[in-house]
Amino acid sequence: MLYLAYKNLISKPLNTVLSVLLLLLSISLATLVLQARDQLSQHLEKNIKPFDMVIGAKGSPLQLVLSSVLHIDNPTGNISLEEALKIGRNPMVKEMVPVSYGDNYKGHRILGTSTEYLAKYNATLTDGKLFEKAFEVVIGNDVAKKINLQIGDTFTSAHGLAENGLETHDENPFVVTGILKPTGKVIDQLIITNLKSIWEVHEHNDEHDHHEEEHEEEDKEITSLLVKFRNPLGALQLSRFINEKTTMQAALPKFEIERLMEFLGIGFQVINSISIAILLVAGLSIFLNLIKTVRERKQELALLRTYGATKYELIKLVFLEALFLSLLGSVLGWFLGRIGIWFFSIFTEGLYGYHFVFSFPTNKELFILAIVILTTLLAAILASLSLFKLNVSKTISNA
Amino acid sequence: MIRTTSLRYTYQNTKTDTFYFPDIDLSFEQNALILGPSGIGKTTLLHLIAGLLIPKSGNVFIGNTCVQELTRGQLNNFRAKHIGMIFQRGHFIKSLTLLENLTMREKLSKKRTDQHRKKQLIEELELTEVRNKKVHELSEGQRQRLSIALGVIHKPKVILADEPTSNLDDANCEKVISLLKKEAQICKSNLVIITHDQRVKSHFGNHIIL
Repeated sequence: MLYLAYKNLISKPLNTVLSVLLLLLSISLATLVLQARDQLSQHLEKNIKPFDMVIGAKGSPLQLVLSSVLHIDNPTGNISLEEALKIGRNPMVKEMVPVSYGDNYKGHRILGTSTEYLAKYNATLTDGKLFEKAFEVVIGNDVAKKINLQIGDTFTSAHGLAENGLETHDENPFVVTGILKPTGKVIDQLIITNLKSIWEVHEHNDEHDHHEEEHEEEDKEITSLLVKFRNPLGALQLSRFINEKTTMQAALPKFEIERLMEFLGIGFQVINSISIAILLVAGLSIFLNLIKTVRERKQELALLRTYGATKYELIKLVFLEALFLSLLGSVLGWFLGRIGIWFFSIFTEGLYGYHFVFSFPTNKELFILAIVILTTLLAAILASLSLFKLNVSKTISNA
Repeated sequence: MIRTTSLRYTYQNTKTDTFYFPDIDLSFEQNALILGPSGIGKTTLLHLIAGLLIPKSGNVFIGNTCVQELTRGQLNNFRAKHIGMIFQRGHFIKSLTLLENLTMREKLSKKRTDQHRKKQLIEELELTEVRNKKVHELSEGQRQRLSIALGVIHKPKVILADEPTSNLDDANCEKVISLLKKEAQICKSNLVIITHDQRVKSHFGNHIIL
């Protein structure tokens, strides 16, 4: 029976290919979107988790979060270190980490911060030691791999965050003292040093430009302050205070990312609706295909009855054909979806230094698969209804 | 052994027409020719014997089994094992090759597959060269011989042939009749042929006229 079902499908390749293609398309779209959304939100969640609040210069709160936590946008500006630390002394604050940017090396951001930043992301060294002095850096695992830096190597940074910055700080080379283990978080993409390095690079620059000799500690600026609270209520209270009473702004990463996902959600939903529409068409195509098959092969089915096959065996035959189609479409569609993710990953890797990972079928995907198979089986039931009242004698003698 | 007793059949949509069939009594390995003008119910009688139609009244006995007393499941099983049907115009499964069609029939009979018998049968019917061809690639004569093969492959107790020669030329007609007779002998079965083909009459002694 299985062999016959297979043979029947093969003998009508055009119909089979059409049904499988439609299924394949809808399933690959659906799984692609599902995977992209899941992985993106997982990625974002993982990276914002260590911090409850970002304090930075006024501007778009989303931009502040994107730049200071996820390291993909430009910073909103600088804030005074002293003012930021004042906020940090609030008893509700559990931990705080200042970050400062300014430069990049071959597109990888150089982040001035404290070693606590590494601790917050559970980043540990594979080799070497942490930075102690200015111009000592530890590099994220992806950075090490991509630009092939090793411990002891030196490099000079380019001004700004864009890769091909014209201005370079040739006077102050950085030296790599350590390489971090892969974490799967943004830190893999960063070059991390202490705040002093960032200040000194630009002090030097300022000297050139403005001939300012002295820089007092109070004048020191940072890009933002990342804050972890003792309890989540603190974030709400303190952020209101900061936004209303200071020249700085406070942004809550969790809230901003939720907002971002909502925006993206609309896009995801549109693609999802399209894939559902295609799925419906695929289901309909399979259904019509089966009806046609049953009608065209009425005599063959009657013949099988004279061979002693039961009605249920005939229905099984139709079912097997439907199952074959839906399984083939689903499995191929799933693979196509994964290939899509892979291409998408190459694209985002180049753009944001973020890559998607290959994953085995998730529960949601298995759920889609179950729905597809149920739908095709339903189509098979409807298509084989006529088999119940198949008049064998009449069909076989009306040759 | 086939025996029918006062068979009567009415088609649902033509309530007025009721077919009354004379009783048939064939002993072991006895063959019979059922003759009669078209529309008299020859095919109906054949389908009644095969259990494809249920008679209004009367019974069909094959061997010691009363076909009407079988449940649906038993009837399917009985038909699979003991009935072989040959149609006027062959019915085949188009997506399968000649050999696969035979294997399908054999499998459905739920009897042990007999490779030797299959090979011999194909040879005897001169189908060896085309055994891996699809049915639509066969000639009319080859198709009719395949039809015979499908009717006898599983060694049924009863071989029912419905106008097996009407589309064939004289040479093929002769061949088909002798093959049918021979196979019925090998299978030790009753051969029942319905026909209005004059060429067939002289080959069989036992005529039942409707």
